[in-house]
Amino acid sequence: MKTLEEIKKIREQKRAELDLRVNLSANTVEKHILVCHGTGCTSSKSPQIIENFKKILEEKNIKNVRVIQTGCFGLCAKGPIVIIRPEDVLYVMVKPEDCEEIIDSHIIKGKILERLLCKDIDEKIVKKLDELNFYKKQKRIALKNCGVIDPENIDEYIAFDGYRALEKVLFEMTPEEVIDEVTKSGLRGRGGAGFPTGKKWSFTRMANGTQKYVVCNADEGDPGAFMDRSILEGDPHCVLEAMMIAGYAIGANKGYIYVRAEYPIAVHRFQTAINQAREYGILGKKIFGTDFEFDIEVRLGAGAFVCGEETALLESVEGKTGRPRLKPPFPANSGLWKKPTLINNVETYANITKIILNGAKWYSSIGTENSKGTKVFALGGNVVNVGLVEVPMGTTLREIVFDIGGGIPNGHEFKAAQTGGPSGGCITAENLDTPIDYESLTQIGSMMGSGGLIVMDDTKCMVNLAKFYLGFTVDESCGKCNPCRIGTKRMLEILDKITKGEGTVADIDKLEFLANIIKKTSVCGLRTNSTKPCTKYIKVF
Amino acid sequence: MSNMIKLNIDGIDVEVEKGTTILQAARKVNINIPTLCFLKGVNATGDCRMCIVDIEGRRGFSPSCNTLAEEGMKVKTNTIEVNEARRTILDLILSAHNRDCLTCVRNGNCELQDLCKQFGVTNIKYEGEKVKPHIDDLSPSIVRDSSKCILCKRCVSTCKNIQNICAIDVAGRGFSSRIAPTGDKSLNNVNCTFCGQCILACPVGALKEKDDTQIVWEKLRDDNTYTVVQVAPAVRVALGEEFGMPVGTNVKGKIVTALKMLGFNKVFDTNTGADFTIVEEANEFVERLEKNEELPMITSCSPGWINFIEMNYPDLLSNLSTCKSPHQMFGALLKSYYAEKENIDPKKMFVVSVMPCVAKKYERAREEMKNNNLYNVDAVITTREFARMIKQANIDFVNLKDEEFDSPMGEATGAAAIFGTTGGVMEAALRTAYEIITGKELKNIDFMNVRGEKGIKRANVNIGGKEIKVAVAHGLGNARKVLDEIKEGKADYQFVEIMACPGGCIMGGGQPIVNSKKRLDLDIRTLRANALYNIDKESKLRKSHENPILIKIYKNYLGDICGDKAHELLHTHYKQRDKYNLKD
Repeated sequence: MKTLEEIKKIREQKRAELDLRVNLSANTVEKHILVCHGTGCTSSKSPQIIENFKKILEEKNIKNVRVIQTGCFGLCAKGPIVIIRPEDVLYVMVKPEDCEEIIDSHIIKGKILERLLCKDIDEKIVKKLDELNFYKKQKRIALKNCGVIDPENIDEYIAFDGYRALEKVLFEMTPEEVIDEVTKSGLRGRGGAGFPTGKKWSFTRMANGTQKYVVCNADEGDPGAFMDRSILEGDPHCVLEAMMIAGYAIGANKGYIYVRAEYPIAVHRFQTAINQAREYGILGKKIFGTDFEFDIEVRLGAGAFVCGEETALLESVEGKTGRPRLKPPFPANSGLWKKPTLINNVETYANITKIILNGAKWYSSIGTENSKGTKVFALGGNVVNVGLVEVPMGTTLREIVFDIGGGIPNGHEFKAAQTGGPSGGCITAENLDTPIDYESLTQIGSMMGSGGLIVMDDTKCMVNLAKFYLGFTVDESCGKCNPCRIGTKRMLEILDKITKGEGTVADIDKLEFLANIIKKTSVCGLRTNSTKPCTKYIKVF
Repeated sequence: MSNMIKLNIDGIDVEVEKGTTILQAARKVNINIPTLCFLKGVNATGDCRMCIVDIEGRRGFSPSCNTLAEEGMKVKTNTIEVNEARRTILDLILSAHNRDCLTCVRNGNCELQDLCKQFGVTNIKYEGEKVKPHIDDLSPSIVRDSSKCILCKRCVSTCKNIQNICAIDVAGRGFSSRIAPTGDKSLNNVNCTFCGQCILACPVGALKEKDDTQIVWEKLRDDNTYTVVQVAPAVRVALGEEFGMPVGTNVKGKIVTALKMLGFNKVFDTNTGADFTIVEEANEFVERLEKNEELPMITSCSPGWINFIEMNYPDLLSNLSTCKSPHQMFGALLKSYYAEKENIDPKKMFVVSVMPCVAKKYERAREEMKNNNLYNVDAVITTREFARMIKQANIDFVNLKDEEFDSPMGEATGAAAIFGTTGGVMEAALRTAYEIITGKELKNIDFMNVRGEKGIKRANVNIGGKEIKVAVAHGLGNARKVLDEIKEGKADYQFVEIMACPGGCIMGGGQPIVNSKKRLDLDIRTLRANALYNIDKESKLRKSHENPILIKIYKNYLGDICGDKAHELLHTHYKQRDKYNLKD
């Protein structure tokens, strides 16, 4: 247990100690070797890189150098990534066997190891992270701590304003003021649908009932999406803190985070964060000496896409088979065990502490008229810089794909980009200059979605793509409603016929007809949207 | 605050109570909305999407069976778009369905067929992969055919929410979703009690009884076999429905005539057996009450219930009455007393029970149900199978003349008739127990507080100055509640009646299937129960121990009530059973 005073002390001390992470001219003799320990880099052996660094430093008896595991830096295409501060040198595609050379050259001799530097899209060799075109147009709010702190060390989180927002709401703000701040910030649900977050909080606060719940949806299921995973891996405490703030705002003392079991690192990090927060007395009763109490439990998803749909998720948290419920009633009135429940997505929560600390005015100054703040995208497919990007709303697709993403590799042309996963839609070249926000994407027949952004070059067959997404939908249909269970299957069979060259004009009509019926008659959003890629492709190609 | 809501359906203003669904509100003003997965009191999940309606201001269409009416709502139930969507859903169901209607047991009584007729389906619009066929016919009671299943989940809701068993649920997802017992095992190897309520819930032919008519036909045609048939009380008040007669018509006389036309050598009444059960059970109860041992005594005539307690509450098995069920007692007497008296070789005797029950098919084949190495009963056919036999024999059932059961094993009291409904066994047993305990004549014979449709009925009955606490539960969900009360020591009942099926035998798993539309408009349970109470009311003898043939058989053959001979023939024992057999 730590008192508020003790936590403030930790913040002060640790901040001074870790200043180097954000301030290159920090007054220290230390060097920090930051190694990405997100899922992407981990699969390219980053844990071994960390181990090797530590071993070699010890063998060579080098002091004042720390090796830190961090969350995702974003530039996954070039992983594993190592950054050494205060020189702020970025090494890419590092192998475990490179460690010795890096230490010998960089740490001991002070000489930058040229061969591991990053080559930018314009062929320029880049020494520093900020010089990369990839980062120039980005703005990191949700991902602020990703790549900066050790996600498994609560002190590092505390050092960078961690739990200061919680302190602020508990001592300086009423629940209504918290909700008001979130409302004024203009933050909208980052899970995809874009419902105003403040409104959701206020509905749940106003709902009748003494027992209420806060739920975090971390069942990220869209193919190619890994925004939420990266946040949980890189900065789990910021989600935890936000859930507590939400709990204070709506009057809940219990939270659940539903994470898919396929995210073992994220699950481990979040559970570690919970354990540490409990140990410090940040989770539990009498938080910071106030009457506020809150605790969080992790629930694992078993791999069903439909469980990302909020009511199916609630069913699953309750221990039942994850199948959607009829809405209304909405979870705000009748959610977990029929109690008022607030459900937000990971990225939504990741914005909360920043809004509380910097104010709604600051947050709403970023973005477009109706879509405020930033959006994290998982950039994938036929694009040079595959990775995680966070851009202000209003950035155009062209900027994301070409300026940040580095364009299409191997001399191919851009054909289309899919946003919003299987429920979303594709954007063609003519709409590349559309500024990204909820309304404009819907207008061009796609949707914001959770943030998966898959780029396709001119060699890709759109019917095959539609088949892929529809196949995904058929596999992931929960089977509850007839139109979706049988209808999507029939659509896939018709598409299959078309790809074999046996299609007729009547088949296209049938596809459109069925897609329309399924949309009108199925229970959940996933399904009503599931046929979108297919209809969209029919229209466009 | 007013509890009423005003809404508009198809231009008609409707006022309904808060909590009313759109479907119910529409029925109130005689608007029909087609349904498929909806079953009143059982299932309103809205999964089939047939009952969708267009609600102004809502995205897409909403299922009317579980969307609550709201103030000011404007609903359209019959637009071109809504009907086009419904029709498409029907087309899609058909595309995945095994369309062998001609050879289906539900041909002519199928809700999918009815909808096709209603929507004018004359062609198959979509072709493609069909539901994977899987036939589970390992159990002696229930057959499942997944190729006919339309995943309405009415059976699942019945098993889970009404019976509280959960022997079946939806497995898999998407197109490979299927209704399956635990671990995709056979029903025979899981915790199914064979109550058969799922069959009554099924709108199509995916669930049906195991058909035993073939063996009965064979025995009827075999000159070397002496065929004897007995008919349970609940059958006579339901069979008429299979021939278009009003619900609750007592067709006892026509049943006897039909059975004789089918060629049975003797046609007897299970009610006679029921009188024996009452007399044995009432005496057993009085004995336990005097000794204050193994109380409460719990009735044992519902075989689905016996399966349930053997699997779920083995520690309460000693509370069960050891009495066999009426048709088993009767079978035992037919192959002993009657065979001896008429000089028939019991080995050549073939006893058929016409029952409202599919669990009786399982009960019949239990090893405990043998005397002298012969099964007491050789075949059990349900009310539905019996109706099929009548139809196959070209019998004009509705216009049959009435005949009487054969003598001497055809005489029964009114107490036996009410065995077929919830509370009936209790009432019949109390009539006899009263006279045993007090030695006086019971004047006010109707025990009204154990009658009726309430799931659990609790009452204090005064017998000779002594308060007897009784409870009556029907439906296994209610049975579980009562057993938990007993187990946790929260109740001090002395006598408990339990029947596996909600409503008792009149609503048994072998009874005529009533479609969801009819179930919405008619109270089937009460109509059938009232018919049984009428039989009782009109009977000259209304106490089991006054049955003359019973008195004669005890005097000439069995000896003492609950004596050695009676125990050998009329009583049984129970055993703990595993819920799951995971090996097979």
